[in-house]
Amino acid sequence: MILNPAVFALVGGSVAAGALGGAAAGLGAVVLRRWDLESGSELQLELERRTYLVSTLLGFALAFQVLSLFLYVYTADAIAPQLTGAMCAAGTLQASPFGYPVLLLKLLNAVLAGLWLTLDRADQQGHDYPLIKVKYGLLLGLAPLVVLEAVLQAAFFLGLKPAVITSCCGSLFAEGGRGFGGSLADLPLRPTSLVLSVALLAVVAAAAWLWRTGRGAVAAGVLGAVVLPLALAAVVAVVSPYVYELPTHHCPFCLLQREYHWLGYPLYGSLLLGAVAAMGAGALQPFRRVASLAEAVPDMQRRLGGVAWVLLAGFGALVAWEIGGSGLRM
Amino acid sequence: MSQDLAPRPVSSWLERQRSLLDFTLASLSRRTGKNLSLLAVYALVVFALASVLLLTESLRAEARAVLAGAPDVVVQRLSAGRHDLTPADRVEPLAAIRGVRGAVGRRWGYYFGRGSQANFTVMVPERFWGAEGEVVVGEGVARVRAAAPGAEFPLRGADGHYLHLTVREVIPATTASVTSDLVLLSDAAFGRLFGQPADRFTDVALTVPNAKEVATVAEKVTRLFPDARPITRQELTRTYEAVFDWRSGLTVVILSAAVLAFALVAWDKAAGLSAEERREIGILKAIGWETSDVLTVKLWEGAVVSLTAFGLGWLAAYGHLFLGGAPLFEPVLRGWSTLSPARRLVPAAGGLEVLTLFILTVVPYTVATVVPAWRAATTDPDAVMRS
Amino acid sequence: MSYIQLTDVRRVFHQGRPDELTAVDGVSLAIERGAITVLRGPSGSGKTSLLALIGGMARPTSGRIHLDGRELTSLPERFLTEVRRRTFGFVFQQFNLVRGLSALENVMLPAYPLGGSRAALVKHATALLESLGLGHRVRARADWLSGGEAQRVAIARALVNRPAVVIADEPTANLDSKLSQEFMRIAADLKSGGTTLVIASHDPLVHDAPVVDRTVAMRDGRLDGEGAARSRGSAA
Repeated sequence: MILNPAVFALVGGSVAAGALGGAAAGLGAVVLRRWDLESGSELQLELERRTYLVSTLLGFALAFQVLSLFLYVYTADAIAPQLTGAMCAAGTLQASPFGYPVLLLKLLNAVLAGLWLTLDRADQQGHDYPLIKVKYGLLLGLAPLVVLEAVLQAAFFLGLKPAVITSCCGSLFAEGGRGFGGSLADLPLRPTSLVLSVALLAVVAAAAWLWRTGRGAVAAGVLGAVVLPLALAAVVAVVSPYVYELPTHHCPFCLLQREYHWLGYPLYGSLLLGAVAAMGAGALQPFRRVASLAEAVPDMQRRLGGVAWVLLAGFGALVAWEIGGSGLRM
Repeated sequence: MSQDLAPRPVSSWLERQRSLLDFTLASLSRRTGKNLSLLAVYALVVFALASVLLLTESLRAEARAVLAGAPDVVVQRLSAGRHDLTPADRVEPLAAIRGVRGAVGRRWGYYFGRGSQANFTVMVPERFWGAEGEVVVGEGVARVRAAAPGAEFPLRGADGHYLHLTVREVIPATTASVTSDLVLLSDAAFGRLFGQPADRFTDVALTVPNAKEVATVAEKVTRLFPDARPITRQELTRTYEAVFDWRSGLTVVILSAAVLAFALVAWDKAAGLSAEERREIGILKAIGWETSDVLTVKLWEGAVVSLTAFGLGWLAAYGHLFLGGAPLFEPVLRGWSTLSPARRLVPAAGGLEVLTLFILTVVPYTVATVVPAWRAATTDPDAVMRS
Repeated sequence: MSYIQLTDVRRVFHQGRPDELTAVDGVSLAIERGAITVLRGPSGSGKTSLLALIGGMARPTSGRIHLDGRELTSLPERFLTEVRRRTFGFVFQQFNLVRGLSALENVMLPAYPLGGSRAALVKHATALLESLGLGHRVRARADWLSGGEAQRVAIARALVNRPAVVIADEPTANLDSKLSQEFMRIAADLKSGGTTLVIASHDPLVHDAPVVDRTVAMRDGRLDGEGAARSRGSAA
């Protein structure tokens, strides 16, 4: 086992986040069963008070999810020298069957938590807690995922053996290579760029339209959900080589390193936030019909649309700039 | 009337945060005594952990720099499981292995000075620039033997006779981590000192330009010479990294007991509202503050305290390490040696350390104080009306 | 329907426990807009609890309360507070100023969560204090104020959000006659500006004052008789 302060912090923090999530879900379950807005009884008052705690706990859990997503990759990068064959985070994650699943799960949880908090905010705008049942029902599904992530992550770090030979990103994300990374790298250049451009334009247009007119939230949401995995794949297949100025270097993690000016952070950050904002706008659509949210939901959707189109346009601009300014011509 | 319940614009959200933050700061300064003691403990915890993390990273960076200069592969010869000298005629076959750009025989050993009770590393560099009777010594050696350029430097040979050598120069302290205990001399002097034949090397250093081929080369070496032991730089790096990780990790785990104790203290302080504080919150609720407003204030309190403690602890750790040499933690992390170079550590920590430290300190504090903060915020204003 | 309407309101503390206490026992009351209504009765008669209910600071155990036609009782705490702070201003019996803050800061407190412009708030609060004759004590710490000054700061605080209704609980209990009359003068000023006032007091200076439109007597949590409605001058 690799005992490293960062690993300790990650595992400990994830356990804490899992506990917070579990506690929030537990409180939520009670709320679900006994909630009765009309009653005005002592129990109801207590439940209303509890909702503040749940929202706060989940806010913290989300903040931690985002932090730990970056810290996970960071740590994987830092312990790479201790694993035979690993030269960056890609190799570390490959060294155990849990490595990449945990990363994906973290990403998923961050997105889901972001969506939940959007719903929560909408609920708070309605004076009769209109979404309370929906919220806490969803929470019962989200919390186990957070706990699962903590468990799998612990399994990952505990199971890392320095002696196990793993591959470096050069072979993991090599064209013609086996495995998922290889097939991503194999994606043909022109078609992928085309599809990405079209998808980005579509989602930016939809989000901007939503921001201007307040309509088309569902379209923006669906497009946002499509763009996220698409853009991530495109980063591996198309963008990375241009950034590294090396046609065979497809590693998505090296972008986060100092030598590439930490490009990965604004790149992934804008993509993630923008996509989640768009998805959030779409997720709110079913609740437009709720009486007490008649003003709040469209307002929120428009704002989310604004955030989405700005961030995703920024992402697109960043990509275009990197490709255009790269010394590589493919 | 429905205007009352309309959603508020963003600019007012900012103003609201600002007003509540103002109130928080005023409120904190009104209760300095209680908050100061908590802040001190908090900062202390941050300081301890930050010191460990910063020091480790600094040492690690140093080790990496040192190892960067080490040969890709060092081939030794084993005899009955122990190190033995390598015959000079092995150098060419080793150089001929595919993937090896060059092979150089090295001559070096240890000398234990009974007078100074210190171990020197005696070495013949690839090109020794001094005369046969001269030595070039490292900064630690010079210190221990009070040797300056031109001074006498006697060494006791394997046959009992003393070699009388003169110090030509002292290696500058900037490379002290590698060179502190070095004594460089000529090939002839080495032979006389240790009584070793001229056709024997201590080991052979190989240059392997392609990192991915190192493992294959090491394998080929063992096939070529079954009694050879190849040591790759990658293995060394891994070992160093593992040792640093392990040592700092262990220290952090031990310190986490302190973090837990601190979290308990924080929880206790947060939960134990004085009568005055309770009264104040009651008044706020009575004059129209919502639970979320009071909760926001409480969370801001936590944020202000956390940030201050974090900043103070971090700065103190920096000072402790890079100005003071880290007297508290260095022995644990570096190990013990008489010739430990007395030079300054270089800061090498980055975002990873800050994030780790953040999660190790601010997160426990926040978790410990969130429920008490919420409880305080949900006080009933009714009680105030009736007092 | 009148401005504030209470229908068969009950407030029971510690329900189901041995120390169960019924503070308000089936009160139905209508408060007219722009009028000064005084609740009178001995201590323990439930005046304070009734005020808390009228002002949305507590929820009744049973019964309904309507404000300007809107039902308040089923609103969750969050929105009740939202309505309350925009509609009601409270003057407490003990004034209840925050000790470490200055008079001005105390007055501004209710407006902090509303997120308005800070500069405008300072101006408005200062103007309020000046109109109550406290312009020179704006920066004084609340603990150093005399009884009369504290009372006026409390009044200013109650007025900072421009409420439609001011509720005062025994406002003259700790004041001498001169200051008590001063208070009633301020009340009259507010009334002429359109503000509704509900005051609980057993002080004759208050409930016998000419400017009062209606007194309601309370005993043991219930209204005593129907309360003689005295209309002096014009009721809004």
